[in-house]
Amino acid sequence: MSESIPNPEQAAFWLASENGQLLLGLCMETNKPFYYPRAHSPFTGGAAEVFEASGFGTIYTYSIAYRVSEPYCLAYIQLDEGPIILSNIVGNDLEALQTVRIGQRVKVCFSSAEGARRVPFFEVLAD
Amino acid sequence: MSLKGRAYIVGAYEHPTRKAIDRSVEQLHADVATGALKDAGLSLSDVDGYFCAGDIPGWSAPGIGPFGITEYLGLNLRHLDTTESWGSAYINHVAHATEAIVSGKCRVALVTLAGRPRAAAKRPDADHGNRYDSPEYEFEAPYRPQVTNMYAMVAHRHMYEHGTTSEQLAWIKVAASQHAQHNPHAMLQNLVSVEDVLASPMIASPLRKLDCCVVSDGGGALVIVHPDIAKSLNRPLITPIGAGFHLRHLNGGYFDILKSGGVRSGAEAFAQAGVKPDDIQYASLYDSFTITVLVQLGNLGFCGEGQGGKFVSDGALISGVGKLPVNTDGGGLCNNHPANRGGMTKVIEEVRQLRGEAHPAVQVPDCKLALAHGTGGQLGGRHGASTVILERE
Repeated sequence: MSESIPNPEQAAFWLASENGQLLLGLCMETNKPFYYPRAHSPFTGGAAEVFEASGFGTIYTYSIAYRVSEPYCLAYIQLDEGPIILSNIVGNDLEALQTVRIGQRVKVCFSSAEGARRVPFFEVLAD
Repeated sequence: MSLKGRAYIVGAYEHPTRKAIDRSVEQLHADVATGALKDAGLSLSDVDGYFCAGDIPGWSAPGIGPFGITEYLGLNLRHLDTTESWGSAYINHVAHATEAIVSGKCRVALVTLAGRPRAAAKRPDADHGNRYDSPEYEFEAPYRPQVTNMYAMVAHRHMYEHGTTSEQLAWIKVAASQHAQHNPHAMLQNLVSVEDVLASPMIASPLRKLDCCVVSDGGGALVIVHPDIAKSLNRPLITPIGAGFHLRHLNGGYFDILKSGGVRSGAEAFAQAGVKPDDIQYASLYDSFTITVLVQLGNLGFCGEGQGGKFVSDGALISGVGKLPVNTDGGGLCNNHPANRGGMTKVIEEVRQLRGEAHPAVQVPDCKLALAHGTGGQLGGRHGASTVILERE
């Protein structure tokens, strides 16, 4: 991570993220949303744009990492727009993380490690 | 095009070490290369095609890996193939070597794998992360996708969709330990029970310590040759009859995590070979984790899709007990996972079974048709899946 270099193709995504927006790619030929955003559609190779996602989704699957100083929850989130994206369910309280289940509704939130840029995470919505 | 009889595996060798404190990586490559060539009755000077992947020393900057190791080994090449697909690369290389021999690019193909992650105290994660300049890196690295979690997420989804249990996963480790007790080189030779697996500490939910393979040093090599050469040697004639490869990626966010690349690589290999899963007498299935085997069983058609949990229960994978002997060397779960890449040892045990050279306690009687399959990379993410079906003539 420390070796990251600015990628001009991805600049819009990270700027939006700083402003609390989650962007998805949109294939201009098929009108199909995709993740991660890129200049060429992964479906056709043709032109693509970005648009702001609703930020809502469902936990597709997850796994809690135990062998670390602070446990965390890796998850694939299926966004309401369709694509599945990799993220974390926020929080490092093990007891709370252990209530995470497939199928739970989640909403995007933005956070950053100290000195790092803001990236999209997800929090579980109350029933 | 049928591969049958177009090339033969005449040499196979697995390094006996599991902890290579006083050997270099290139030395291990030379150990296994000469071991497999001796097994075949050939020497380094006979090799004109070399097949390797990302475990060779000097792969990344500033070195050009294949140049250095070729010189170190003293090879005189007409053909070089460095196709990288992590642990499945060596299964893939059996097909690539065959194709190169068929098209006249080489006549004696050498495939090597070696590494010493254990002696170097290097965690598998250090090897498997995507590089900082790969296109997806910035979208994934912040979430710390460790290898075990990337497999564990498949297990959770399998449990959710198909009712698979931790006890069923544990049976895969139990079968491996039943086989490993007969392998004097196996890193873990003690028998374990389902209860032992369930009592081991959680690593990445729902996978526990005993759901994970070993970290070991060593390696292996294969020698694949033109039919004319094979028939001049005094070794059993083992020929690839079908092979398949598929690179599974995340497809813009539209994927089924339970459908590994094996769905396509397996179908392709079976179609080319003209055989069915029921015909296979022995299978080497990459067992980086217990879930890897379980998913592959369904994806390859050894059981109904999603039915792997029921299939593996009660010892179905144990040689002499169950209907499909799997990983009779003890697999990556108990025997060996050199360089954190399991594909090579999968082919080696497949060859042993077809030659009748497996340990007598685990040898499949009159084994004529066998399969090796591997998933290189991350089962829950991007991976290269390779299948090769071998037959003894």
